[in-house]
Amino acid sequence: MVDTVSSAAANPDTEQPWAELGLKADEYARIREILGRRPTSCELAMYSVMWSEHCSYKSSKVHLAKFAEVGKDTPRGPLLAGIGEQAGVVDIGGDWAVTFKIESHNHPSYVEPYQGAATGVGGIVRDILAMGARPIGVMDPLRFGPLDAPDTARVLPGIVAGVGGYGNCLGLPNIGGEVVFDPTYYGNPLVNALCVGVLKHDDLHLAFARGTGNKVILYGAATGGDGIGGASILASETFDADGPAKRPSVQVGDPFMEKLLIECTLELFAEELISGIQDLGAAGLSCATSELASAGDGGMHVTLDLVPLRDSTLAPEEILMSESQERMMAVVEPQHVDRFMEICAKWDVLATVVGEVTDGDRLIIEWRGEVVVDVDPATVAHEGPVYDRPYHRPVWLDELNANSANALPRPFEGAELGATLLRLVGSPNLCDKSWITDQYDRYVRGNSVLAQPEDSGMLRIDEETGLGVALATDCNARFAYLNPYLGAQLALCEAYRNVATSGADPVAITDCLNFGNPEDPEVMWQFSEAILGLVDGCKALGTPVTGGNVSFYNQTGEANILPTPVVGVLGVIDDVADRTPMGFAFEGDAVFVIGETREDLSGSAWADVMHQHLGGMPPVPDFDHEQRLGRVLVAAAKRHLLSSAHDLADGGLSQALVESCLRKNLGVSLTLPEGDWCVQLFSETPGRVLVSLRASSVAEFSALCAEQGLPLTRLGEVTGNADLEVHGAFTLTLAEIRSHWAAPLPAAMGH
Amino acid sequence: MTRIGVVTFPGSLDDHDAQRAVRIAGFEPVPLWHASDSLQGVDAVILPGGFSYGDYLRCGAIARFSPVMAEVIAAANDGMPVLGICNGFQVLCEAHLLPGALIRNDVRTFVCKDQRLRVETRDTVWTCDFTDGDEITIVLKNGEGGYVADAETIKRLEGENQVVFRYLDGNPNGSLNDIAGITNARGNVVGLMPHPEHNVEELTGPSIDGRRFFSSLSRYLGALIA
Repeated sequence: MVDTVSSAAANPDTEQPWAELGLKADEYARIREILGRRPTSCELAMYSVMWSEHCSYKSSKVHLAKFAEVGKDTPRGPLLAGIGEQAGVVDIGGDWAVTFKIESHNHPSYVEPYQGAATGVGGIVRDILAMGARPIGVMDPLRFGPLDAPDTARVLPGIVAGVGGYGNCLGLPNIGGEVVFDPTYYGNPLVNALCVGVLKHDDLHLAFARGTGNKVILYGAATGGDGIGGASILASETFDADGPAKRPSVQVGDPFMEKLLIECTLELFAEELISGIQDLGAAGLSCATSELASAGDGGMHVTLDLVPLRDSTLAPEEILMSESQERMMAVVEPQHVDRFMEICAKWDVLATVVGEVTDGDRLIIEWRGEVVVDVDPATVAHEGPVYDRPYHRPVWLDELNANSANALPRPFEGAELGATLLRLVGSPNLCDKSWITDQYDRYVRGNSVLAQPEDSGMLRIDEETGLGVALATDCNARFAYLNPYLGAQLALCEAYRNVATSGADPVAITDCLNFGNPEDPEVMWQFSEAILGLVDGCKALGTPVTGGNVSFYNQTGEANILPTPVVGVLGVIDDVADRTPMGFAFEGDAVFVIGETREDLSGSAWADVMHQHLGGMPPVPDFDHEQRLGRVLVAAAKRHLLSSAHDLADGGLSQALVESCLRKNLGVSLTLPEGDWCVQLFSETPGRVLVSLRASSVAEFSALCAEQGLPLTRLGEVTGNADLEVHGAFTLTLAEIRSHWAAPLPAAMGH
Repeated sequence: MTRIGVVTFPGSLDDHDAQRAVRIAGFEPVPLWHASDSLQGVDAVILPGGFSYGDYLRCGAIARFSPVMAEVIAAANDGMPVLGICNGFQVLCEAHLLPGALIRNDVRTFVCKDQRLRVETRDTVWTCDFTDGDEITIVLKNGEGGYVADAETIKRLEGENQVVFRYLDGNPNGSLNDIAGITNARGNVVGLMPHPEHNVEELTGPSIDGRRFFSSLSRYLGALIA
């Protein structure tokens, strides 16, 4: 028996499984109040999934609203679309615009690493596509439990293969990201996926359904029983005992279908056949129909029987909640429907008219001739509950902050310093990540100017002018644990600096806010502080927030993850030929560090690796300094003054030297400034960059730094012999360093 | 102007890259659609990299039956230069224009790296501008690049000078005899797993060694006309 609107009205007291669907008693009561009756089981399915934390942002909304303070102007002009759209759009000059966004797919990736990660890539790519843009690249910040823990050997290879398997098959270069290990991610890996797309200004498409009589077309994959999870409860009520088994909660990806969907959709855009469009991601048809309808100027009528199914036993509730991948919904004027269908047929993409835009304001869904949904779509899509959850500063924080790493025993002897360097470069967080990144295609499309392990990923957009973009994602969650406000700002600064280090002008950000349980007031405080930090930081840097994603309930058992506000920064470079790579390039080049080194050992990789210590206060970011640094790096790139530039971050100067040497196997000979060499080598003071340049450029570059008031310290020079030599301390061969650096991942993964 | 066709199958990915490489080499790229039965009078054909039909069933196994492939097979048998890159190599093997097959990498993962290769023979349309023994760097990126064939075929390929490229500095995928690319007996059809189209610009590739595939073609076509 299908639960129709008339039966809901006739049987107001039927018990409904709202609690099993994750709704609270007052939320269920609110639904009844909105409808003036009990919901049908289809309506209950829609409300429950759309009012979930994942879709409604009910715990984060009040905090995210603060991003509005940042403004919508980038250093290169106003945003063309901002928060609230499927992805933000940035004008980069010429008639080019770029859209980019980062999302999380954490929980599915723990349950089924390959498919969880794969569909994470698929989802963000469709978001970018739905803006009318051609997706041109992806990045994947990943976080795992300890490298040597047994389950990491299941989770890591699966996630990496999933990211690669999907992205490679789509033909999108993977140009960067992060790989971080920490015990708090053991039962809850973080899989964040960023996609960037490009479009001409005129091609921008926003999601809404307008124009009475316009057709609603569902196209792409057929709808199956995957990603339904909890909604099976509803179906089991409407089926006999021999009905379908419990549905899987994890979605399964088909990247080939997505590739066809991309090419097909871009052709549909090019012929201007689409009035409104949205991808089907979380909450599937429930989300697409209610969001498209509520954003438009009319209502929508959908006949659910017309939805092509992979499994004919699916109940209407399941069809509405299915998260089958590789589906899009478009609103198309009637005269364009035939041509729309022709293009879909050319690409072997299934397309079906499932409904139309109506002149009412209701979303009405029929199943087998009866109305099963009759709602105001805005109440489903936008009027979900909003919680201002209690939050307070953790009681343990003062003690933690008092326990500074600056008090830990330090190495002083040269040999000890050298041994410390080797320990650090061979630690999971600082070692070579090519075991992972070599599973990703970084070359496809032929526009990858820089890719991992470079400071940022850089893509050429315009082959004529060389106009391009650079992207970096960063977060040091250890800093964010010590102080979430500063930690979020440090993530912002690092990504900003990474983009500038490559020679691009940082213009806008996206963020992926991964946190623990929001019902824990201490987690909620971390979240709220991180947002305040980003708001203040973005205001100071003049980089608007274009959108992003919140992921809560990231816990290993009862333990919350380190607060992990990953920040992605987009930069623009007028000519990618001007970019500055990270590796030392020429023997005899002078080596300098820009910026001042302070005693910032708290939260550092040194404290972690050498002392298993996490305490004290993180370094304090200086936005004015970062902006001046950025100006110097961009100007120096434009004038081709630098042979290399590499940001100092995790592991400090020691790690930056190692990475700059190993890139092209060129050595370095240096003299450290007077003072504590442990601090010189391993402190993680932000705002510093290691550069190498020809002797003939030193005067001009020094003048540039002086103009911007940046301290510049000469350390030594690039050498032809493959040694890292610190005068008066140690000399290590690059071969020895490389063997420590390259070993951990292959050893842990068995090849 | 010399016109070079680049076939797009559903799931082809490096078709635009191949077109760009053709353009940089001074030829006119001509997109060829898999469902078409015309080669539009092109002088040579490239089957590009990607995952045609998702590499479902077997890499290249479905693409091989595309209408355009009937034309490619006929033209190749008449001597038209055909270059199969990665998935294109797999299609050529499935189409029996080249012997053997490509199987899953022995490391069981996708591998993307800047691969050193040795050019074993300049006696093909696509390598005549190299010198035998040249060592070059070409991007390698695939999940199923392990070249296999029966012992007799391998013996014949080696004996008849049909092994065109060999992996250097370690075998990345378990290919027999370190074979990275082969040719047919006539030397007009070449297939290889590495991607020369990613090695035509200093800005975006680890080398520009891929350009010589095209200068080879130019040299061959020039000699034909002369």
